[in-house]
Amino acid sequence: MSAFVQSEANETFVLNLGPQHPATHGVLRVKLTMDGEYIVEAEPVLGYIHRMHEKMGENRTWAQFLPNTGRMDYLHALAFNHGYVAVVERAAGIEVPERAEYLRVITSELNRVSSHLLWFGAFILDLGGFSPLLYAFDDREHILDLLESVTGSRLTYCYFRFGGVYNDIDADFVAGARAFIKRLRDRMPMYHNLVTKNIILMKRLQDVGPISAEMCRKYGATGPVCRGSGINFDVRKHEPYSIYPEMDFDVPVYEHGDSMARYMVRMDEIEQSLRIVEQALDKLPEGPVMAEKVPKIIKPAKGDYYHAVETARGSFGVRVVSDGTNTPYRLKLRSPTFSNLSLYGEACRGMLLPDALALMGSLDLVIPEIDR
Amino acid sequence: MIDYLREIISGTWSLFVGLGITIRYFFKPVVTVQYPHQTLPMTPRFRGHIELVKDEETGATKCIVCGMCQKACPSNCITVNGEKQEGVKGKVLTEYTLDFTKCSLCGLCVESCPPKAIAFSKDYNLAGVKKEAYIFDLKKRLEAKN
Repeated sequence: MSAFVQSEANETFVLNLGPQHPATHGVLRVKLTMDGEYIVEAEPVLGYIHRMHEKMGENRTWAQFLPNTGRMDYLHALAFNHGYVAVVERAAGIEVPERAEYLRVITSELNRVSSHLLWFGAFILDLGGFSPLLYAFDDREHILDLLESVTGSRLTYCYFRFGGVYNDIDADFVAGARAFIKRLRDRMPMYHNLVTKNIILMKRLQDVGPISAEMCRKYGATGPVCRGSGINFDVRKHEPYSIYPEMDFDVPVYEHGDSMARYMVRMDEIEQSLRIVEQALDKLPEGPVMAEKVPKIIKPAKGDYYHAVETARGSFGVRVVSDGTNTPYRLKLRSPTFSNLSLYGEACRGMLLPDALALMGSLDLVIPEIDR
Repeated sequence: MIDYLREIISGTWSLFVGLGITIRYFFKPVVTVQYPHQTLPMTPRFRGHIELVKDEETGATKCIVCGMCQKACPSNCITVNGEKQEGVKGKVLTEYTLDFTKCSLCGLCVESCPPKAIAFSKDYNLAGVKKEAYIFDLKKRLEAKN
């Protein structure tokens, strides 16, 4: 990190970054108070894509909110589906068949890999490298084809239902997923040779944008951001849900806290997700994919329920309050990138502008999920 | 000093390694297709906008005008109307309109339909210049097919 000395004249100017800047990946606006090339203060301004998802949940039935979940984090839509159906199942006491749980984990882990691949491409694009994006999209396209063959859509999935999943997978999907795992494992060394070991990338990321473990705790940062700062926290391991306790996988943790550490966490997570998919495909039990006794109109008992899942960007929690009717009384969505972005103002103080953009890229922001 | 030189050499080498990879991929076959001159086959489960299913025996729609799809829709984009006709049991469908500008392709209508009278189409070439182009009269579409 560069030394930061305020000039004697104390002259600063305000630089408006976004809301239409390519590096902010959507409609995030950051008000930067600059002293020359150095940032004195950064203030993220939100609200450009606010769609009132929480309020929308209150005036539609429990099932009608399902398509909304896929439209918050459009890159890891299945995990958001999972968080919402899991909390409603907990509230209504619906048992999910084992095969359905396996399908949920297989599809949402594939979705996580596709999300990380897109992040990888877009992040390198932020830093000025174009080719890795094309390679990453080539691989991601295979996942989208696989998920399209089972869910019917390519991006904003709405595949999970209360008590199971929408439809079953076939032998083609299993064969396709196995072929994809092999393909991506063969391609990972290429990614590391092309990008990770590249001297320009190392100079841009190493020791740039350090985020301490303390800062992560202060702002509630989760996911690869906190794991890159040495905090071993993964909802899949520490508050296990679905069939994750039966899966053997590691949580990659890097101590250094710089942009490179967050980059490495995500690259390692791709391999861990592939391991989970492989194991789940091996153990896949036979049986129904939908619970038998799911009422057509869901009316969970009065109460307050919470469920968290691990998305590609961190812990996503849904809290619902039910008053026993067919619509939620209150729906609170705790989205991971909102907390991850909150630390940006403090973390980029005193940094050079291009370094601050590298730090922003390493946070992996998805704006519709921050704003909801 | 030695570390500095070593970093320059290994750094320059890493750039050549990267160039080698991109050059190798340059000679590999193309992975993209030239849409719209070439298209890829659609998966059978592709979820396009909904359309009415033809009853194989009678050639008419299977719809019984129960209005379940209308109720299930989160965005109120389906309008179903029917009337009583003499000599016919139950209601007869007179209008089935889908406002595709609001539809989010969630599929809750297809799941809620008791006689399985609606299904997803494979239509994806849906570019248009007018909003009216997206108000689909599904009954007319079904009749045009016959």
